[in-house]
Amino acid sequence: MIIKILGSGCPNCQKLESLAGQAATELGLDAKIEKVTDFAQIAAYGAMAMPALVIDDQLKLAGRLPKLEELKNLLANA
Amino acid sequence: MLKATIDYLTFELLKLNPASPLGQSVNFFIYDSIKILLLLLIVTNLMSLIRYYLPLEKIRDFLSTNKLHGLEYFLAAGFGAITPFCSCSSIPLFIGFLGAGIPLGVTLAFLITSPLVNEVGLALFIGLFGWKITIIYAVSGIIIGVSGGYILGKLKLEKYVASFVRETKINQAAVKTTAKKSIRQIAKIIWQEAQGIIVKILPYILAGVAIGAIIHGYVPHGYFEKYLGKENFWAVPLAVILAVPLYSDHSGIIPIIKVLIDKGIPLGTAMAFMMATVGLSLPEAMILKKIMRWQLLTTFFGVVTLGIIILGYLFNLIIF
Repeated sequence: MIIKILGSGCPNCQKLESLAGQAATELGLDAKIEKVTDFAQIAAYGAMAMPALVIDDQLKLAGRLPKLEELKNLLANA
Repeated sequence: MLKATIDYLTFELLKLNPASPLGQSVNFFIYDSIKILLLLLIVTNLMSLIRYYLPLEKIRDFLSTNKLHGLEYFLAAGFGAITPFCSCSSIPLFIGFLGAGIPLGVTLAFLITSPLVNEVGLALFIGLFGWKITIIYAVSGIIIGVSGGYILGKLKLEKYVASFVRETKINQAAVKTTAKKSIRQIAKIIWQEAQGIIVKILPYILAGVAIGAIIHGYVPHGYFEKYLGKENFWAVPLAVILAVPLYSDHSGIIPIIKVLIDKGIPLGTAMAFMMATVGLSLPEAMILKKIMRWQLLTTFFGVVTLGIIILGYLFNLIIF
């Protein structure tokens, strides 16, 4: 599973990155977390607000920081 | 009732003299902070609710698929007003809108209004100025966005958008919602979002109210009028220029301009100062430079500046 964090380095993007890591570890997933900071790529995923979360090339969340529980749900159901 | 309770607290319990600058400042600080906090709770929750059912993707798709005969400028500006502004999101938003086929002018109408009018600004205006001026504030922000966007659209500036923006193919599939959510879950998401916004801005609001409270208690009435009063013709452009290097959002600046108005600065001048602070900032320009060539960037900022200045003069003419 590849998790991508889309964002230009805003505080919430960094929080989302560490939360995603925590969620994946707690679920015992074999996940690779990548950061995407290039605006052209971010927009190409269809995200228009930061931070955004992409799981296996699917945009799952944009414009808000989820709680750990919600994030675990998203990862578990991806 | 709130006022009476806080009067009791400051003047009876804390034994501060109502006639002293300290008593005035402390009373003002407590009263304004509590009132603003209550309004923020209401307005941010309401706005989060609207956004939950009307996310950016829906707005984009609506604007790009409907022929609206000019109404699209008003819709874009209106949507800009209900969307919270974050300068880090302005680029993906810009690319997303243009990539979906929304005209440049309409996209800019959104981009102009978004920082000028938002939920925090609305809550603060209702709390500090009342309904009438809040409506004037919201409507004028939208008018600047609509007319600015319209003019910029007519100027045919598309060629000055950075080339990578035009080449980006965007995936219009909106965020896939995994499962239907219950009302409780939705309410929780909305509450969390509202809470997040409030926690983030509260320190700035308190700082703004505190500075305002000090001015309220210690600076004599009419002090600023000498420089920024109605007789000074250049007060409006001067206020706008002074505001550009200030990088603040609504949370810090509105409590301060409220006090400045109380101290005798005309509403139009103060409003122009506020809008220039939130709408024209150097960091925002640096961010937009990545997607706009300088011809577009300077025209964009020029048109917004002009709009704010005209509005300031208009208010000073009409009101009071």
